[in-house]
Amino acid sequence: MNPDTMQEVAPIEIAQPTEAPLSTADREPVFQTRDLTISYGKSVAVADVSFSMYNHLVTAIIGPSGCGKSTFLRSLNRMNDLVPSARVEGEVLYHDQNIYADGVDPVEVRRRVGMVFQKPNPFPKSIYDNVAWGLRVLGMKDDLDGRVERALTQAALWDEVKDRLKKSAFGLSGGQQQRLCIARAIAVEPDVVLLDEPASALDPIATSKIEDLIHELKHEYTLVIVTHNMQQAARVADMTAFFSLERTESGGHGVLVEYDETQKIFTQPADKRTEGYVTGRFG
Amino acid sequence: MSAVPSAQLLRVRRRLGDRFGDIFLYGLTAAAAAAAGALLVAIAWKVFDVARPAISKFGFGFLTHQGWDVARNQFGALDFIWGTAITSLVALAIAAPVSIAIGLYLSELAPRGARTVIASLVELLAAIPSVVLGLWGILVLGPFVGQDLEPWLHRHLGFIPLFSGSPENSGILVAILVLTIMIIPISSSICRELFLGVPDELEHGALALGATRWEMVRGVILPYTRSGVSAALILGFGRAIGEAIAVTQVIGAGHGIHWSLFVTGDTLASRVAEQYQGAAGLQLASLVYLAAILLVFSLIVNLVALAITRRFSYQRAGAT
Amino acid sequence: MAADAGRYSLTLSPRTRRRKLVNLFMQALATLAALSAVAVLVLVIVSVAQRAFGALTWDFFTKTAATFGESGGGVANALVGTIVLVVVAAVMAIPVGILVAVYISEFAPPRIATATKLVLDVLNGLPSIIIGIFVFGLLVLGSGQAAWKGSFALAIIMLPLIARATQEVLALVPSTLREGALGLGASRWRTVVGVVLPTSIGGILTGTVLAVARAAGETAPLLFTTSIAANVVTWDPRQPVLSIPVDIFALSESPDPADHARAWALGFVLIAFVLVISLGARLLLVRHQKKLEG
Repeated sequence: MNPDTMQEVAPIEIAQPTEAPLSTADREPVFQTRDLTISYGKSVAVADVSFSMYNHLVTAIIGPSGCGKSTFLRSLNRMNDLVPSARVEGEVLYHDQNIYADGVDPVEVRRRVGMVFQKPNPFPKSIYDNVAWGLRVLGMKDDLDGRVERALTQAALWDEVKDRLKKSAFGLSGGQQQRLCIARAIAVEPDVVLLDEPASALDPIATSKIEDLIHELKHEYTLVIVTHNMQQAARVADMTAFFSLERTESGGHGVLVEYDETQKIFTQPADKRTEGYVTGRFG
Repeated sequence: MSAVPSAQLLRVRRRLGDRFGDIFLYGLTAAAAAAAGALLVAIAWKVFDVARPAISKFGFGFLTHQGWDVARNQFGALDFIWGTAITSLVALAIAAPVSIAIGLYLSELAPRGARTVIASLVELLAAIPSVVLGLWGILVLGPFVGQDLEPWLHRHLGFIPLFSGSPENSGILVAILVLTIMIIPISSSICRELFLGVPDELEHGALALGATRWEMVRGVILPYTRSGVSAALILGFGRAIGEAIAVTQVIGAGHGIHWSLFVTGDTLASRVAEQYQGAAGLQLASLVYLAAILLVFSLIVNLVALAITRRFSYQRAGAT
Repeated sequence: MAADAGRYSLTLSPRTRRRKLVNLFMQALATLAALSAVAVLVLVIVSVAQRAFGALTWDFFTKTAATFGESGGGVANALVGTIVLVVVAAVMAIPVGILVAVYISEFAPPRIATATKLVLDVLNGLPSIIIGIFVFGLLVLGSGQAAWKGSFALAIIMLPLIARATQEVLALVPSTLREGALGLGASRWRTVVGVVLPTSIGGILTGTVLAVARAAGETAPLLFTTSIAANVVTWDPRQPVLSIPVDIFALSESPDPADHARAWALGFVLIAFVLVISLGARLLLVRHQKKLEG
């Protein structure tokens, strides 16, 4: 169904490549979802998502608003648990372990899968303590100063704040606060960093700094980024997953339409819906 | 239409009436507000006025002098300043962590359905009139403290001076317990609202790093609400120092300064309530002098709490 | 394929296990605290109800206290006394409270509004015994006790409660409502009296009810202004009247167990009244807020 024109289109199977594309052939999948369906109470937000996200690659999740991109992203570090009515069916495999299995503690998951939010949310603490807090809590207290400096350097913020580490984080600009949140997330040495529209609240200059950062960060981490900005996805991502809305009797829910190398998605999409979105016909 | 001139007249009359009404309402409400301010000043002035005979006789020495002898007209406030301090401070020390814990429970832990119910029940505790709490204190809590609690404390912890002395059914400890029961509902309600007011993004930011709920509370919620919680506790403290009735019912009307919590005593408020009846002359003036001291303490405490709240709300506005 | 290799394993490390234990322990403490508070409430109410049980007869409510030595008798004079005191106090406090609130909300320049709110907050925080002494010094010294003097003291206690509650609900009235009325050509006072106040009536009522509940339970201010009363039922505010809280206070200090029994019964009546009113006011408030928020 084309949400714009409300016309039925022939149901199309998810256009996923039958063999892993060359760049991912020798890569380890970090995340693999199997028939992942997330609902809030009775209404389904995202249905039957199955694909893999690979090590040291940037995977972008794009699509029109309301198709469950953020919901999907939050399911990767069990942040949906914080919503009482949220329900998850299917599996999310992190290095072959289902993070929703009985006995798996979200605390362990989140230690390895960090998150940067849409609106910068630094703690009401000093810049130093923002980064150091997670380290202290998780017991990574050896060489605290060194770890803080490394994190801030990796987040391209060190030079700008090294002389005012003890000042409040609220004194920073929006872009700086977001880089502080990135520093905070990578300080605890996660495996994956999830970014939920990290630049949507920032001006273009701050945005481009964040995008440069993402290019650097993927050497050490695996990144999954949700963005409503197609051009951004085209600039930063190695792989792109296109989600869209599928109408049902009870409303609509998000589905994964196509997942491939970014270049393919934007130049030769296999699915008509993908083509419609990336060429700007809707969304 | 000959109605035009009279319609005009009506309009003019109406407009005059409106203007008069506006001025009248403004004047009336402003007078009411001024009256409230005047009332506050009048209260302070009158209390010191009635206490004047004692103030001129004893001066500031009243505050450092012990002893309360009606027969010889010798009065001193020190015993009761001590009584007020120790009962309210210890009650605050107990009530503070409990209030914070209850506030956290109601904002973070309680199952959704039970949340409002339990919150209402805790608030209802504040609605119990102090005289009824005092009645319960005399006839139920007192005997329990005198016959069970204090002997137990004496047996096991009697080496601490606080728990020395012989157990009694009324005294400082019972007063402390009653005051704790009074502070908790107020402080915990305010704490609950403060904790609910912490932005979700901050909580999520902490949890996303892999912190447990408690670590998030300790690292984000408590620091964020630090000023508000202090103000809430100080307000509770202000309530405690001013409580006359329930305290006088259970504290046993003693005097002197002792370390033991088991002895009887009096606070500034309770001594006034205890002896007002039939008091006259210098005794009456001295009692009111006690009340004047209480008034000053109470004003300071309340103004401090209000100042914290004011500065804290400015900070909040600035931070966003 | 060796994904369960230590580095990525999601099994709990010993450190995380310890942190989870601390978390659990803290949760248990918080739950304990909350349940203890509820337990104390239940304990007090049950104690009072239990001990009041036998004494609550029809006679109890309609007769005055028995003369010394006889059994039976009731608390009619204290009941009537409380009603007189609270009603007169409400008549004094409500108009002034509403007027002050209207001033803060509609007329006062910002700094004076803040100052007035401060005055109200300070008044609210004053120990009630101080207010009792004030009224004593002002009105009783030299001329004797009377119910209306006690009411005056209670009115001072009720004033900040009514004013603040009214002011808060006035602040909730959307400015579009005021602007609409003024735009129609209505004058300031017509807008306030005809539009703003009626919209806020629910909140004003709630504030009043809560203030009444508070005033009904006050003892200290009445000790100085109306506590020595004859053992007759009187509706005359110029006479000193006995009130329920003062009666409970006196009875609780007595060594006679029969007096204690009456105190429990009176305590039950007072608690029942205050709790029912408080609950009612809370429900009213919730309903009114919902109405205002549309």
